[in-house]
Amino acid sequence: MYVAVKGGEKAIRNAHKLTAKRRRGDTSVPALTLEQIAGQLAHSIARVMGEGSLYDETLAALAIKQARGDLIEAAFLMRAYRTTLPRFGYSQPVDTAKMLVERRISATYKDLPGGQVLGPTFDYSHRLLDFTLAAEEEGDPEFAVETAPAEETSMPRVTDLLGDEGLMEADPAGDEDAQVGDLTRDPLSFPADRDIRLQNLARGDEGFLLALAYSTQRGYGRTHPFAGEIRYGEVDIEFFAEELGFAVTLGSIKVTECQMVNQFKGSAKTAPTFTRGYGLVFGQVERKAMSMAMVDRSLRWEELGEEQAAPAQDTEFVLSHSDNIQATGFVEHLKLPHYVDFQAELGLVRQMRAEWFEKRERAEEASQEAAE
Amino acid sequence: MTVMDQALETGTHDGAYNFAYLDEQTKRMIRRAILKGIAIPGYQVPFASREMPMPYGWGTGGVQVTASILGQDDCLKMIDQGSDDTTNAVSLRGFFEKTAGVKTTTETGEATIIQTRHRIPEQDLREDQILVFQVPIPEPLRFLEPRETETRKMHALEDYGLMHVKLYEDIAKNGHIATTYAYPVKVNGRYVMDPSPTPKFDNPKIDQMAALQLYGAGREKRIYAIPPYTEVKSLDFEDYPFEVQTFDKPCGLCGAENVYLDEVILDDKGGRMFVCSDSDYCEDRRAKGHVGPMAADPAASQIGGSPKGAGE
Repeated sequence: MYVAVKGGEKAIRNAHKLTAKRRRGDTSVPALTLEQIAGQLAHSIARVMGEGSLYDETLAALAIKQARGDLIEAAFLMRAYRTTLPRFGYSQPVDTAKMLVERRISATYKDLPGGQVLGPTFDYSHRLLDFTLAAEEEGDPEFAVETAPAEETSMPRVTDLLGDEGLMEADPAGDEDAQVGDLTRDPLSFPADRDIRLQNLARGDEGFLLALAYSTQRGYGRTHPFAGEIRYGEVDIEFFAEELGFAVTLGSIKVTECQMVNQFKGSAKTAPTFTRGYGLVFGQVERKAMSMAMVDRSLRWEELGEEQAAPAQDTEFVLSHSDNIQATGFVEHLKLPHYVDFQAELGLVRQMRAEWFEKRERAEEASQEAAE
Repeated sequence: MTVMDQALETGTHDGAYNFAYLDEQTKRMIRRAILKGIAIPGYQVPFASREMPMPYGWGTGGVQVTASILGQDDCLKMIDQGSDDTTNAVSLRGFFEKTAGVKTTTETGEATIIQTRHRIPEQDLREDQILVFQVPIPEPLRFLEPRETETRKMHALEDYGLMHVKLYEDIAKNGHIATTYAYPVKVNGRYVMDPSPTPKFDNPKIDQMAALQLYGAGREKRIYAIPPYTEVKSLDFEDYPFEVQTFDKPCGLCGAENVYLDEVILDDKGGRMFVCSDSDYCEDRRAKGHVGPMAADPAASQIGGSPKGAGE
């Protein structure tokens, strides 16, 4: 009994100690260093930074270590930390056309300006367990990887190429003075505009978005997606300094951007064009960037005059349940004591059962009397 | 110097946070929401809820409200299920001891702020006290209509027909209103409100309460309030009036009647004991010499802790 008796405080203290011990594991094995985690578990780091909404590889490594590899718990640690940080302002919009590209593929063109750059990817690798990695002294990988020399030409985004012909819906004309919403400073409200929707999806749970995107491929709100372009690389973050009167570069971050190209039948007013769904996430998380783009496109049903029939199109459903920090908190809060409410239900069910048995008894008596 | 370097150098993160954890800007934003809530009793005010260092669903709304109204001279009581000793109450009390360093108490009468989950203390509260509730789902209409866009409209139009239909259907199907906790109330003759999942036993206490009641829902980002001495009516029908739970037996430890009791299972042979859910109330009564029918039972020493004054 851990609740009804005194001593909850001691139990909690001891539970924390035990967790710390379990976290460390066998002390004859060296402890993980943050450099190892940040350097060798890049996909975990990216996921934790994205869903934790904080770009800091070292802190993400610390969070993963502290959370014993539980990535949602690690993202939660990042969120709880980020919310305490002072806010200096908002950066300038990132220009992904100027990205220092490490990987860039398009499924819609065989070749295109800037070329296809396969880069680091699991794609086309055979999923066979590599037992050489299990060896105690893992050898150095082949470092002399053959790569084409980086071209100095720019790498225009595929959607801009199609845009030249008017085949692609244009980027919405941005209003210079319009404030971009901020989910972390204002509560989510509906209807939610696309800036808020994209923010929500960018922080959303990878698994949730993946499942929703998958559902649109299986007929629940079909949007006919093509992977117009997926690019991964480094972009500069610029901040406009009022005192200087110009933007300065604060640093660079690695992001994955996905532009999905989707069909759209024109109307009397609009000529037929392709439409777009957009995904942008920290680090190399292509699965999520693609899912995000597909869900973003699904959520645009209203503006594009489509019919709403599927879960992935339901803005309130999607945005209210995408955040895994909220979801895990509420699901797991069922572990907290609820015995006061359970007692209330217990009392009612007992009363209703008593009434039910009484009624049955009366009915039996009545039928017996009738038979006699 | 990075954050990590700083932390490594000082070897601690305590003291790095503001009084009661939240920064003053955030507290001000929350206090504005609270004031609006007080001005419109029972209305759910959206607020920019922050991520807290405890999970959503574990009291983040209550904690943010408490953090925003807490002053250095306050005395805080933290209860969960009526008890000061439940694990999460211990954890949240520890959070404020660490981040605010305020005085804490288990005595209802001594506290200036009481944060609670699922219960209201048995002892009447005073005008100089504030009761803060942790709220999981602030929207009383949520299980009838899942869409926020719809429920907000229903509140705006004071369209509560759906709720009455639900209560009617309960009676038609079960012969009772089958809601035993989070029982809907109408505040000040206007807004239907969820009193948080307190058992309906506590509903009469929120009517005309002398203390200010603040309700915080962190995950759902809503705050609402009931000012002191406000009319709060539990929804019912003329021929099916609202009733609270009653218990056949008094508290096994202190003999209290007309209080909410927890059922404690003593063995696997049907042995049961009913004890006060409000542990402070029970201890206080026992200290004053009240003895319940099972106080001499060996199980009693396991369950009730020690009465006040008998040493901790």
